[in-house]
This record gives sequence, structure tokens and C-alpha cells, in this order.
Amino acid sequence: MDIIINDLSKKYGEKIVLSHYSAVIKEGMTTAVMAPSGGGKTTLLRILAGLEKADAGTVLGIEDKKISMVFQEDRLCSNLSALSNIRLVCGRDISRKQIGEELEKVGLKGSESQPACKLSGGMRRRTALVRALIVPYDLLILDEPFKGLDEENKKTVMDYTKEKSHGKTVIFVTHDEKEAEYLGGNRIILPPNKQQEIESI
Amino acid sequence: MISTTADNKKTKIWAVFLWLFAWEAAARLIGQEILLVSPVTVLRRFFELAWEGEFWRSVMFSFSRIIGGFFLALFLGILLAAAASSCSIIRDLAAPPIAVIKATPVASFIILVLIWVPSRNLSVIISFLMVLPVIYTNILQGIRNTDRQLLEMAGIFRVSRWKRIRYLYVSEVMPFFQTACSVALGLCWKAGVAAEVIGIPDGSIGEKLYEAKIYLETSDLFAWTLTIILLSVCFEKVFLFAVNKVILWVRRN
Repeated sequence: MDIIINDLSKKYGEKIVLSHYSAVIKEGMTTAVMAPSGGGKTTLLRILAGLEKADAGTVLGIEDKKISMVFQEDRLCSNLSALSNIRLVCGRDISRKQIGEELEKVGLKGSESQPACKLSGGMRRRTALVRALIVPYDLLILDEPFKGLDEENKKTVMDYTKEKSHGKTVIFVTHDEKEAEYLGGNRIILPPNKQQEIESI
Repeated sequence: MISTTADNKKTKIWAVFLWLFAWEAAARLIGQEILLVSPVTVLRRFFELAWEGEFWRSVMFSFSRIIGGFFLALFLGILLAAAASSCSIIRDLAAPPIAVIKATPVASFIILVLIWVPSRNLSVIISFLMVLPVIYTNILQGIRNTDRQLLEMAGIFRVSRWKRIRYLYVSEVMPFFQTACSVALGLCWKAGVAAEVIGIPDGSIGEKLYEAKIYLETSDLFAWTLTIILLSVCFEKVFLFAVNKVILWVRRN
């Protein structure tokens, strides 16, 4: 089922972040949300994830969906290892071995037992991505998922994300035209006047 | 010159010996054991008392009640703080009595409680009343300090309540809990024994202190005070050690 965003509005104090915003997120497709800084991208994702309430408008087709997410911040427990951070969100059906294999795929072999506070920004980001992609989900929300990654790692991680989320509904925020193009699918542009355009790549 | 930890330790030990020496010198100078007993006499009297079965019965009587009150407050304080952190009505309801308990002089409580309950159980209630606000306030503060972003993450990934407590809350609440226990244990011994001195329950440490005062047995007074200090310090060390071990075990499993 598609996700239908209808006439969504949100403001913080006097600042309007989203104004009468409508869009359709196609099921099983990847949708990139692009907008200038402060354009309401993260707010839109937070409303979709159920972390914020819109002041007005509705979001349909999201009620029963299992959500997985990469936040703008890594949101890892700093005293836990990369592996334990992932185990924290996994059920018993995902073994330590499986988690280790997934971490290896994004170049984190040998670092899985290090506490998150000792990992570099890029390593933390990759751990957060593996965490989001390893759990079962219906909708994957990614808020600037490749932020802070160097070009070589970014390519590896983008390929990994593409492979793991194939056929799933993915919505991700990016500033980077190339990232949006690489992951393909639809693109939503939130211009400063908050009127959206949907454009198929 | 840079001072090292070993140097600091040495200085502290010397400071203790210096004060003990000053105490001994003052006791000899005064020369009246009713006014001031020497540290050697106190130690001798302490070991004499420790040889008697009556001593251990008094220790057990007071220890079980004061520490019983501490554990009761610990249990209810944690429960109340957990409830208050998730329900503002409970927090608002708890705020006035907690503030009143904090502000009321312990002597008023002792006299009031003596009217209600037999003196045997006075120290349980006084210890409980002194510890509850300390535990409640600190635990609530620790829970409220827990990283909101991590809690949001746990919500998105449907992390179980038990895992949230183990991995998110415990590490945040622990420093608050340790400080609270350290402060509360000192408080409960001071207030608990004060209550026993006023209520004079049979066979308590408070009764022994009271008798020492009546019969002008200053050496007994000092020996029992030393006993209370040792009980308080030793229990605090053992308790905090056990808490750390439990936390490590919970995190590991």
C-alpha cells in the first residue's frame, strides 16, 4: 500500500516547517527527499516515523508498517560495541555471527567489538546503517544515511543499502544529487515555498 | 614537585595518625576519662565489648532495623521514581510529601512516630523516612537524564522494556544511584541511632549509648560510636561493591 501524505502542516513556535504538504510514497520503491537546509525534510521523516505529530493533515497507509530508521545522528549507545548496539534491536532469530557478517560487508571487520565511543564517525554511521537494515521492516527511513562517509566507503555502503533494501519501501533524505540518482526511484523536492514536486527519475 | 597518588595516600595516613596522636595527648593532658578517653582505651573497650554476646545482639538488633528501613526506602523509592518518570500526576502527587519529609527535622519525626508505633520499630521508620527522598529524587533525576534520542531509537526498533532498562536506563541512572546510596547510608545510620537514643528500645545500640551517658561511661560511648562508624562504612563498601557487580552481570547477560 502506498503512503499518502495529505495536506501536512507543522510549525515550531512561529516557524513554519511544513505547509499544506502532500505527496505519495510508492510502495516498494525508493524515494529521495531533497530540500535546502531547514526545509522540513527531517520533520517530514519524523512525522512518518510517528516521532512527531503534524499540526494538520494526515498520513495514510503507514499504520501497520514496521519501521526501521537511520537517524540524522547515529544514536548508538556509546558504551556498547558495534555488535552489541545491533544486538540491542535484534530478536533472537539474528545471531551474532550474522551480525558480524553484515558488519564485515560494510568494512567493519575487526571493529565489531570496539565500544561505539571509540569508533570513527564513518564507522558509527555504517553501524547505524547495518542496524537499520538487519531488522525486519516494511518502511525504511534514512535521514542523510551516508553523511560523513568518505567516497570509497560511501560507494560500498550505498551498494549494500541498495542490495538490502531492494523491493522495499525506502524514503531517504539527502542533499547530494548523485546519491539520489544512484539509489534511483522517485524524488520529492521540498522547495523553500513548501510546494512539493514529484519527479520520476 | 608533582604529587602522586601514593604520596597523597601517605599524607592522608599521616594526617590520621597526627590527629590520633593529638587526641591521645589531649586525653593524657586532661587526665579524666569521664571527659575524654584516649584512643587506646576506646580500642581496648571496643574489643572487650566485641567479646560479649550482648554486643552482637545489639549490633544485629540495630543493623537489621536500620538497614531494613534503608532497603524498604530503596525499593519504594525506585518504584515511585519509575512511576513518577512516566506519569506526571504521580510526580505532582509525590512532590509535596517528599518536600515535607526533606524539610522536617528528624527529631520531630522521632517523637511523632513514637506516639504511633512501639519504640522497637522506630529506627526502621526513621531510617526509611530519611532515605526515601534521597533515593527518589536521585533516581528520578537519573531517569530524566536518560538520552531522549536513544529512547526514540528504542521505540522505533521496538526494543523490549527489559532491554531498555538494561542498556539505556541503567547506565544513566547508575551514577545517581551510587551517590544516593552513599549519602542515604550515612544518613540512615545517623538518624536511626538518634531515634534509638530517644526511643530507647531494649537491646539496641541506641540503648547502649543512652546507658553510657547515664552511667558516665565515656569509653563505652566512644566504643559504641566506633562500632556505628565501622558498621556504616563497611556496609556502604560491601553494598556498593555488590551493586557494581550486579550491574556488570546485568550488562553482560
